[in-house]
Amino acid sequence: MSQYDVVVIGGGNAALCAAIEAAETGADVIILESAPKHMRGGNSRHTRNFRCMHQGPLSVLTGTYDETEYYDDLLLVTKGQTDPDLARLAIRESESCLPWMERHGVIFQGSLSGTLSLDRTNAFFLGGGKALVNAYYACAEDLGVTIRYNAEVRHVDLSEGRFTAAILTDGTRIEGRAAVLASGGFQADLDWLTRAWGPEAANFLIRGTPYNRGVVLRDVLDQGAVSVGDPTQCHCVAIDGRAPKFDGGIVTRLDCVPYALVVNRDGARFYDEGEDVWPKRYAIWGRLVARQPDQIAYAITDQKAQGLFMPPVFAPVKADTIEGVAQLLGLSGDSLRQTVAEYNAACRDGTFTPGVLDGLATDGLDPPKTNWARPLDTPPYYGYMLRPGVTFTYLGLKVTERAQVQGAHGLLPNVWAAGEIMAGSILGQGYLAGFGMTIGTVFGRIAGQEAAAYVG
Amino acid sequence: MLDNSLSDEATRQFQICNSCRYCEGYCDVFPQLFSLPEMSAAQATHLANLCHNCRGCYYACQYAPPHEFDLNLPAVLAELRQDTWERHALPQALARVFHAHGVAVAAALIAGFALLFFAMAALRPEAGEGFYAYLSHNAMVLIFAPAFVLPLLGLALSLRSYWREIGGGWVTWADLKRMGGSVARMKNLSGGAGQGCNFEQGARYSNARRHAHQATLWGFLMCFAATSVATLMHYGLGWEAPYPFWSPPKLLGVPGGILLCLGTGALAWLKLRADRDLGAARVWGGEMAFVVLLFTVSATGLALYAATGTGAVPALLAIHLGAVLAFFVLTPYTKMVHGFYRVAALLKRG
Ligand SMILES: Cc1cc2nc3c(=O)[nH]c(=O)nc-3n(C[C@H](O)[C@H](O)[C@H](O)COP(=O)(O)OP(=O)(O)OC[C@H]3O[C@@H](n4cnc5c(N)ncnc54)[C@H](O)[C@@H]3O)c2cc1C
Ligand code: SF4
Ligand code: SF4
Repeated sequence: MSQYDVVVIGGGNAALCAAIEAAETGADVIILESAPKHMRGGNSRHTRNFRCMHQGPLSVLTGTYDETEYYDDLLLVTKGQTDPDLARLAIRESESCLPWMERHGVIFQGSLSGTLSLDRTNAFFLGGGKALVNAYYACAEDLGVTIRYNAEVRHVDLSEGRFTAAILTDGTRIEGRAAVLASGGFQADLDWLTRAWGPEAANFLIRGTPYNRGVVLRDVLDQGAVSVGDPTQCHCVAIDGRAPKFDGGIVTRLDCVPYALVVNRDGARFYDEGEDVWPKRYAIWGRLVARQPDQIAYAITDQKAQGLFMPPVFAPVKADTIEGVAQLLGLSGDSLRQTVAEYNAACRDGTFTPGVLDGLATDGLDPPKTNWARPLDTPPYYGYMLRPGVTFTYLGLKVTERAQVQGAHGLLPNVWAAGEIMAGSILGQGYLAGFGMTIGTVFGRIAGQEAAAYVG
Repeated sequence: MLDNSLSDEATRQFQICNSCRYCEGYCDVFPQLFSLPEMSAAQATHLANLCHNCRGCYYACQYAPPHEFDLNLPAVLAELRQDTWERHALPQALARVFHAHGVAVAAALIAGFALLFFAMAALRPEAGEGFYAYLSHNAMVLIFAPAFVLPLLGLALSLRSYWREIGGGWVTWADLKRMGGSVARMKNLSGGAGQGCNFEQGARYSNARRHAHQATLWGFLMCFAATSVATLMHYGLGWEAPYPFWSPPKLLGVPGGILLCLGTGALAWLKLRADRDLGAARVWGGEMAFVVLLFTVSATGLALYAATGTGAVPALLAIHLGAVLAFFVLTPYTKMVHGFYRVAALLKRG
C-alpha cells in the first residue's frame, strides 16, 4: 500500500498539467494512466492546437485575439449554453498558458498549411498533441512524478466524504491526500453511448482513444457528485466511413460535403449540403448521418470537385458512370441515377466560387442545395462513405472556479477535476476548435495548484 | 530496378501525413510533400533522400505502430534511401555487399593494411624524408590517385543517374545557398526549432547527434582540406612533406583529425543507444562499420603524428594509409554516399 500527496487519475493533457504544477511545489505525485505507455495521452495525443487569447503577437500567434472576441466566438457555437464565469476564466488564463507550455517543453509551429484562418486564434503544437504529451511526460519524470501505465482506476474511494484512495482494476489501492480527476469523457463506452443516445450509437465511430470509457466519471456520479451537461449528447462529426472503430483521429475527416451531393442508404438526399462553409457545418453532419438508416451516408462528386477540399486519407471509389459509383458503394443504381438527375435538373446557371457562400442554389428541389450547386456531369465520378464520428461527450462533473468537485453534500474537500471530465461545466453544446486543450490546460494547472496547496 | 513495394509503402504513409500535417515544422520533407499535387515513385525517392532520419515524426505520430495505420516514416524513408544508393551504384553488387555487411568493410580494411604493408616491404625507397623514407611519393601517388579518382568518377555517374530520376533541373545560386546553409547548420537535424532530434533518448529531443554529426563533417572536411593543401604545396610550391606543426596541412589536419575522432566516436556511441527499427535495420552493421572505419582513419592519423620520430612510424603509416585506402575505395559503396545524395536532395527545388 502506498500513500501519495496527490493522485492524478488520467494521463492526458489535463492530468499532466495538474501533475506538473503539483510536483513543482514539491508534492509527491502519482499519475494513473489506464493506457499502456505507447497509447498514453488519451484524446490529447490526437490534438493539433489550442485556442489562446493574446494582446498583440505571442509566440507563433499573429495579431490580437482579445477576451471579448474569444467569448463571442464561444457564444456563437454554444448558442449561449456556456457558463460565463468559467468560460471567461478559461479564456483569460489561456494567455499565460502559452509561455507556461513553452517552459515545460511544448514547441509551437505556425498554423499548418490549409489552416491559415486559424493563425491568429490557435497555436499549433509542433508534431501535434502526441509531441506535447511526450514533452509533459518527460517533464513530469524529471520532476520525480511516479507514472503508472496500464493502471485503470475502477473506483475512487469517497466513503469518508473526501478522497482517500483510488482502486485499480486489479484491486491495488493507491492512497493519497488529494485527487485530481482527469480521465476524460465516456465516449469509448459504446454501451453507455447506446443507452444515452439510442441503439444507433452502436454504429458510431470513436475518433479518439479507446480508453476514455467514463469509468471514473460514472463512479463518482454514482457516489453523488453533481453532474452538468446533457447526458444524451456528444460532439459528433461526419467522418470517413472506413475509419477504424477507435483512434482514427484527424485524418479520417472528410471535407467534400459542400461540393458533393449526399444521399442515404436508399439513394435519397436528406439535407442541404451547401448550407454554409464546411468549418461551420461539419459538426452537424455527424448528427444528420446518425439519423439516417444504418447511420451511413454517401457523398458523390464529379471530376470538377477534385482538388477543392483536403485530400481524404482513404481513396474514394471512382467510376465513369453514376451507376458505376452506386455499384461500388453498394447502392441501388436506379435510385442514385434518379436522385442525380433530379438534382442536375434543379441546378441553374451562375458563378461557382468555392470557399465562400456563392449563392449558386438549386431551383425547386427539396431539400435544396443553397450554395455550390453545380450539376454532376463530368466523369469520372467519385464516391465517399460517411459515418458519425464521436469526439467527446458533454456529460461532466460540476466544478467551481478553482476546479473543485461538487459532491452530494457540498464541495469535496480534496478532489479537483480538469479537462474533458468537467468540460460540460463550460460547454453546454457545440464546440470551438482548440478550446478542449484550453480547458484542460487552464483547469489542469488550477487543479494541480489547488491540490498541492491543500496537501502542502 | 526501382523497388516499388518500398515507394508504394512510402506513398501510403505520405498520404496519411498529407491528411494530418502535424509534423509540418520538423523538417524540409513535409512542406515539400504537402505542396505536391501528386505523389510518384520518383518524388518519394527524392523525399526519402531529403529525410535526415531525425525521427521527430515517429515519436510525434499518433499512428505509429501498433496503430493499424502503422506509420514509421523514418524507417521506410531510410529503406528507400538505401535502395536508391544501391540501385544507382556502379556496380550495384558491390554496394549491396558493403552497405549491408560490416564484415565486408572490415575485410576491405584488412586488405588495405595488407596492401600497404606489402607495398612498403616491396617498394621500400633508397632514400627519402619523413614518410617518404618508407614509401616513396611516387608509389603513394600510384596507389592513391586511382583509388581516389575512380570511385569519385563512379559516384559522379551514380549521382547523375539519380538526378535524372528525380527530375532535378539546373542548379541556381539560390539553390546552392539554400543547400549550403542547410548543411552548415544541419537544419534538418534541428527538429525545426533547435530542440534537436529524437535519437538516443527516444521521445525526448537531443542535439547530441546533430553535434556529433557536425564534428564529423567539419573534421572530415578539415582533414580533406589538409591533404588538398599539402598536394598543392607539393606540386605548386615544391614544398615537400614532412610539414612542421605551424603549417597549413598540420593546422587543418590535427584539429580536423581530433574533431573527426570525437565525432565518429560519439556517432557510434549514439547509434548503439538508438532504436534500430527506425532506420534501415538491415544495413545497421554496414553503417556501424563505416563509422568505425572513419574513426580508424582519424585515430591512426593522429597516432601517426604523435609517433613522429619513433620506431612505430612504419607500422602506423601502413595502418593509416591502409585505412585511408579502404575508405576511398569504398566511398561509392558505403554510408559515405549519403552526403552526396543529401546534397543533391537539398539542391532540388521543392
Ligand atoms: C481527433 C481529435 C482531435 C482533436 N483536436 C483538438 C484540437 O486540435 N484542439 C483541442 O483543443 N482539442 C481537440 N480535441 C479535443 C481534445 O482532445 C480534448 O478536449 C482534450 O484532449 C481533453 O483532455 P483531457 O486530458 O481531459 O482528456 P484525454 O486527453 O482524453 O485524457 C484522458 C486520460 O484519462 C485516461 N483514463 C480514462 N479512464 C481512466 C481510468 N478509469 N483510469 C485511469 N485513467 C483513465 C485515458 O487513458 C487518458 O490518458 C480533439 C479530439 C479528437 C478526438
Ligand atoms: S508522421 Fe504521423 S503525426 Fe506526423 S504528419 Fe505523418 S501522420 Fe501526422
Ligand atoms: S525522420 Fe525527421 S527528417 Fe525524416 S521525415 Fe521525419 S521529421 Fe523529417
